[in-house]
Amino acid sequence: MLYREAGDFKTRYSDDGQTFPIKFDRMGYYAVIAIAFGIVPFVINDYWVNAVFLPFLIYAIAAIGLNILTGYCGQLSLGTGGFMAVGAYACYKLMTSFPDINIFFHVILAGGITAAVGLVFGLPSLRIKGFYLAVATLAAQFFLVWLFNRVPWFYNYSASGQISAPERTVFGIPVTGANTSAWASYMFCLVFVFLLAWLARNLTRGTVGRKWMAIRDMDIAAEIIGVNPLTAKLSAFAVSSFFIGIAGALFFSVYLGAVEVGEAFGINKSFLVLFMVIIGGLGSIFGSFAGAAFLVLLPVLLKNVLVGTLDWPTDLAAHVEITIVGALIIIFLILEPHGLAQLWRVAKEKLRLWPFPH
Amino acid sequence: MKKTLATLALAATMVAGPAAAELVFPDLSYRTGPYAAGGVPFSDGYQDYFALVNARDGGIGGEMTKVIECETAYNTEKGVECYEATKGQGALIYQPLSTGITYQLIPKVSADNIPMHTLGYGRTSAANGKVFEWVFNYPSNYWDGASVAINHLLDENGGDLNGKKITLLYHNSAYGKEPIRTLEELSKKHGYELNIIAVDHPGQEQKSQWLQIRRERPDYVIMWGWGVMNQVAVQEAINIRFPMENFIGSWWSGAEHDVTPAGMDADGYKALNLHRVIDMPVFADIKKHVHEAGNAAGDGSNVGSVLYTRGMYAAMLAVEAAKTAQEIHGTAQITAVMMRDGLEALEITDAKMEALGMPGIGPSFSVSCEAHGGSGMALIQQWDAAAKVWKPLTDFIESDQEVIQALIKDDSEAYAAENSVKPRCQ
Repeated sequence: MLYREAGDFKTRYSDDGQTFPIKFDRMGYYAVIAIAFGIVPFVINDYWVNAVFLPFLIYAIAAIGLNILTGYCGQLSLGTGGFMAVGAYACYKLMTSFPDINIFFHVILAGGITAAVGLVFGLPSLRIKGFYLAVATLAAQFFLVWLFNRVPWFYNYSASGQISAPERTVFGIPVTGANTSAWASYMFCLVFVFLLAWLARNLTRGTVGRKWMAIRDMDIAAEIIGVNPLTAKLSAFAVSSFFIGIAGALFFSVYLGAVEVGEAFGINKSFLVLFMVIIGGLGSIFGSFAGAAFLVLLPVLLKNVLVGTLDWPTDLAAHVEITIVGALIIIFLILEPHGLAQLWRVAKEKLRLWPFPH
Repeated sequence: MKKTLATLALAATMVAGPAAAELVFPDLSYRTGPYAAGGVPFSDGYQDYFALVNARDGGIGGEMTKVIECETAYNTEKGVECYEATKGQGALIYQPLSTGITYQLIPKVSADNIPMHTLGYGRTSAANGKVFEWVFNYPSNYWDGASVAINHLLDENGGDLNGKKITLLYHNSAYGKEPIRTLEELSKKHGYELNIIAVDHPGQEQKSQWLQIRRERPDYVIMWGWGVMNQVAVQEAINIRFPMENFIGSWWSGAEHDVTPAGMDADGYKALNLHRVIDMPVFADIKKHVHEAGNAAGDGSNVGSVLYTRGMYAAMLAVEAAKTAQEIHGTAQITAVMMRDGLEALEITDAKMEALGMPGIGPSFSVSCEAHGGSGMALIQQWDAAAKVWKPLTDFIESDQEVIQALIKDDSEAYAAENSVKPRCQ
């Protein structure tokens, strides 16, 4: 009844081609944007921002990045953690070497540096495919973590090998360091998420994205119809690494403030982001958000319910939490192998026909 | 769905809202993951002592204590979540038992004005109270520990380590890297040759590292390990027939569960310790007032073990600091800011420890505005596999303060410059 196309007339082709052709969807999107920018910053507190919003927003960027590579271009990567580390360390070196330049540009530059590194590690993708490529990116993961542990220049020769983000401001308001207010760090990340998601959406529905998808679906056929695999695959690696680098830079500078490469950017991170993409839905921007929300929010929610409300012992709750999250992942993947995004699509289809399904 | 989750989580945090008129001590513990073997007894000791203070003494100065436990799994992201979840509930002091989480919390506690005590872990240069107002790491820190180990070896070798080969086997993290700089400085001073070998988290795979040790044939191996890494290292050392008495662990590598899996072969393995592990009257009190009343933390099986004792020691120092703060401010209802004053004026004497039923548990020391690091002493203990006890091999040994203070000064001043901290205590 509410959700339908009937009566939603369009007079131009560009209207049909927009991201949200259905009015109800569009309104929902504007409402989410308005709430995220206009209401959340005024009500958010330290707990919400540090335990829920920052990890969600930052992982969403990383998931979009990996989704471009794996979901849209079909190149399996297990190097996400390593690339996030590149972003984090690039951001740290830039922050400490050029303290006068705005942190906003440092984060973008960190993304650019990661894109360059991603490009290098993307070269093998021209020769090898599938699992073999996954192993090659796994090598990137281990090599990069080893590098940042091994070469003291990257952590400015600190005694412990930790990198800590000094205070940096945007328009005079601190967004990194300890004196950051909740809304400032939230807004800083939200701006990046908004811009990057918009960029990703428009890249993926344009020529570039169509080339990626052609490569994904059948690379030989794509080559025959004139898609250059070299530029398509490498551009996917570069764009994906750019997103992941920005996620890493924000993860370090805004969210955690101090990181240790082995612990924060280990192989677990690569798998976590890959799970987000798979659970959320390969080849879907919404799926990246849904997957990030699922894996970030659910553990926090379960912890609060089990320990905070039901007063369970913390160790039991932690074990049960892992079990529940794991079981839900399996259930979701059995019921809907295409992820939360597909569930959402099916739900929308049903709603459009409701109450008269044929 | 996001919104429903959010409302539910909000409701959940609301329920766990602030409780009035109690002294709140958050316990960021880890009872899961590869480091749980160490996290469980420490947390049990920490919680049991507060339960004892409540049951036997009626709280601290008449105020009951409340421990809020939060599971971190030794993971920094969860550590941040735990910190944010508990800080609004009147937290007086944080003891995260993780060097990684400590690094994260140092700027946060300084901004939120909540003190943090890192007993024998964390950032070593926090011993300089001029720079680190809110962080305390008495009675001893990693650099002291490294120096005590070297001093012990000097003693064994008649004061001369020239030409000896020493290998440091370390957990490849902020924790494991801490002693490197001290050992390097000391190698310049005493003329031994230092080799460092890293073991990556979590440390189950050490074959290549021990192969390297076997090839290099060092005279001594010093280990900075934690969690599952310790058991594996002890077993691997046995496998290459490395003499156990030449193998010295840090104080986080010297608990019962680190050596028992290797059985009789682990006999003679040495480790540092911050405190004595002896039978003390306080354990009887804990059993009587806490365990028999059914309030034991965990399964109650850890009483008297190395890490249980350390957790209890940490809790005792926090309780004594709270008492000191109550005296200074003349009120039983202290805040985190008052608690800091108590920590800074803390004085631990032999008489005090005896009165608390823990005679000689640690060295006596006092804290001041400049010095947050305590006495810097530690002892060497040795594993007796037949009796299954850690035997103290030495008394508390002093560290080389000349070398360490210079390092602390450098590192803390670098931190102060990076974060524009103005030195206090002028």
